[in-house]
Amino acid sequence: MSLVTDAPVAGAEHTAGGLEQLLAAKEIVISCGSGGVGKTTTAAAAGAMAAAHLGGKVLVLTVDPAKRLANALGLERFGNVETRISTEAFQDAGVEPRGELWAAMLDTKQSWDDLIRLHAPDAQTREAILANPLYQNITGKFVQSHDYIAMERLYEIHASGRYDLIVVDTPPTRNAIDFLEAPGRMADFFSSRLLRWLTVPYRSKVVNFASKPFYTMADRILGSQFLEDIAEFFLLFQTMYEGFIERSQAVERTLEDRGTTFVVISTLESAPAAEAEFFIDALAERKFHLGGLVLNKVLPGFLLDKGAAEVAERLCRDGSELAAAIGDGAGPPDALARVLTEIGESFLNFRVVAAREAEMMAGLAERPEVVVAAPYMESDIHDLAGLLRLGEHVW
Amino acid sequence: MKQSLLDRRLLFVTGKGGVGKSTIASALGLLGARHGRRTLVCEFDAKGNLADFFSIGETGFDPVEVQPNLHVMSMDTEQSLNEYLKLQMKLPRIARVGPLARSLDFVANAAPGVKEIVTVGKVVYEVRERHFDLVVVDASASGHIVGQLSAPQAIGELVQVGLVREQTHWIADMLADPQTTGVVIATLAEEMPVSETLELTERLRAETQVDVAAVAVNRVLPELFTHAEQEIYEKLRVDDATERLEQAVGGSVQPVYDAAELAVTLRRTRAEHLTRLREGLPRDLPVVYVPELFTRTHGVRATHQVADALADELGT
Repeated sequence: MSLVTDAPVAGAEHTAGGLEQLLAAKEIVISCGSGGVGKTTTAAAAGAMAAAHLGGKVLVLTVDPAKRLANALGLERFGNVETRISTEAFQDAGVEPRGELWAAMLDTKQSWDDLIRLHAPDAQTREAILANPLYQNITGKFVQSHDYIAMERLYEIHASGRYDLIVVDTPPTRNAIDFLEAPGRMADFFSSRLLRWLTVPYRSKVVNFASKPFYTMADRILGSQFLEDIAEFFLLFQTMYEGFIERSQAVERTLEDRGTTFVVISTLESAPAAEAEFFIDALAERKFHLGGLVLNKVLPGFLLDKGAAEVAERLCRDGSELAAAIGDGAGPPDALARVLTEIGESFLNFRVVAAREAEMMAGLAERPEVVVAAPYMESDIHDLAGLLRLGEHVW
Repeated sequence: MKQSLLDRRLLFVTGKGGVGKSTIASALGLLGARHGRRTLVCEFDAKGNLADFFSIGETGFDPVEVQPNLHVMSMDTEQSLNEYLKLQMKLPRIARVGPLARSLDFVANAAPGVKEIVTVGKVVYEVRERHFDLVVVDASASGHIVGQLSAPQAIGELVQVGLVREQTHWIADMLADPQTTGVVIATLAEEMPVSETLELTERLRAETQVDVAAVAVNRVLPELFTHAEQEIYEKLRVDDATERLEQAVGGSVQPVYDAAELAVTLRRTRAEHLTRLREGLPRDLPVVYVPELFTRTHGVRATHQVADALADELGT
């Protein structure tokens, strides 16, 4: 029994429904929101609950799990390979699972290499691309490449038909909607006219008059070796053009599919909440399905109790008088008065935050049909039992 | 003796999402301005919420003065690239408009490092030209900052000749000078932020030339009780003392006790993370603590309060 996790949350009147129905009905659940709001943990908790109570094969695909979370799931090596969480782990957490829980992490570089292997027309092209310095740089350091590859991997796993449900958390993007647009951007990238332009001098000996200044200038700025690297990279990629375009369109279709839903995760602090709001708008604009809103780290509702606030105010104001009334059984009157004042003030401090957050919740809860709130957990989650405990709150 | 934080001229404030990076960056900017230094706060991620911390309208690429000595801008890659081409490459205007410019934009987007160079290069340039005494960057989240700060070096290796290569030299040099440049990692006393801070510190030291100047822990909960007070509190909670108290105040004190318990629980778990943070960081790396302010206010008022707290910590 813990007052932190078991007391009703502040603003509970704004919550509605739970994630159970969504997880039962959909094939892909994408959790999104700003950094630090518990996206990965919530996705894992939802996946664990689905495996435990709904049955079937459930995969939690995560981008950046806390190492302890990986350990908690019993996965020492938590890589690109899909790994099953054992039935015993569930039993240890006091649950007899109806289905199977699997987990995998996204390794960006590895996934890109796999994709090249899939699309490359022959071994020579494949090796040339994998060795190209530009390719290595793009896959390793290019931020946007994470966005695309995450969606690509999701598509690949879904299309394989290996799972009933895939719960995925999204990469920490600069801009929350970046990954939604990643497939489209990737298609643009490969169909761009510049790509053809850049490779002209290497495809034909004749550089026409119109494009000459461009090469002169590009050469001056970037140096010719670098230009050659770029050109080689693009030339090689062109051989895979069709495959990539088709693929990115398929990825985009998957995001729009009726079997796919998005769950927005947030806390009630102002910056993440603003981003959640922005995200809800962005989903609506693109006609993606908004499945629900999960609010994490919500303070307990007793902080908003009016009578309690009056008591706290009296403790602050009349500490000495009240200490005298209690008598010296608990300690010296001065010190006792100080304690009374301190607990009164502490209550009122938290109350201010709780009130602000309840207001925030009321605003956020207007649009999504499903709004669930999870309380502050007294400790960080690092085992399956913890995930299931969090899961109960959002179920 | 380490260089004092505010004596540097370029500070990159980074950290995991949600830890209050912008709060710390804005407050450092305010402190700089209070010390009479001409200060620029520049937001890298174009989320546009830096404006909220100064209670001003939307910010753009051109710095606006929000109060004496304090200027605010938002990074815009495209505008920065244009400025870069104009100032650094001395490109004729004709090359900066029309299809050629669009092609260059594309190269900037496709070629690795170019985007990073024009954003990082812009703020380094402002420092080099002494347009400002202090530039505080509300930088990218921890996932991207290493790539950004190592880009000048990386591109220098990738591009063997040409103007870009020359340009990367002075940027890299200024970034590598600890008298000039420092990274401040903002964090929270929670598990993931602490782990990421420890990892990021190592990566910055291993993969970039930039000096890690300080770690700023945001929203540290104050200790509710001293040890003696804790004992009194425990005694107070035994039945008859509580009964007498409730009679005197005329209401239940249970919710107040529960809130105290909440404060103590949160404080205790966070204290463990703080210990792990301090022990995991290099000894000579300063850690500054910003208390939880339970503030009712937002915007510039809250930013001032954080700046006050930082000033106490930094002893300035």
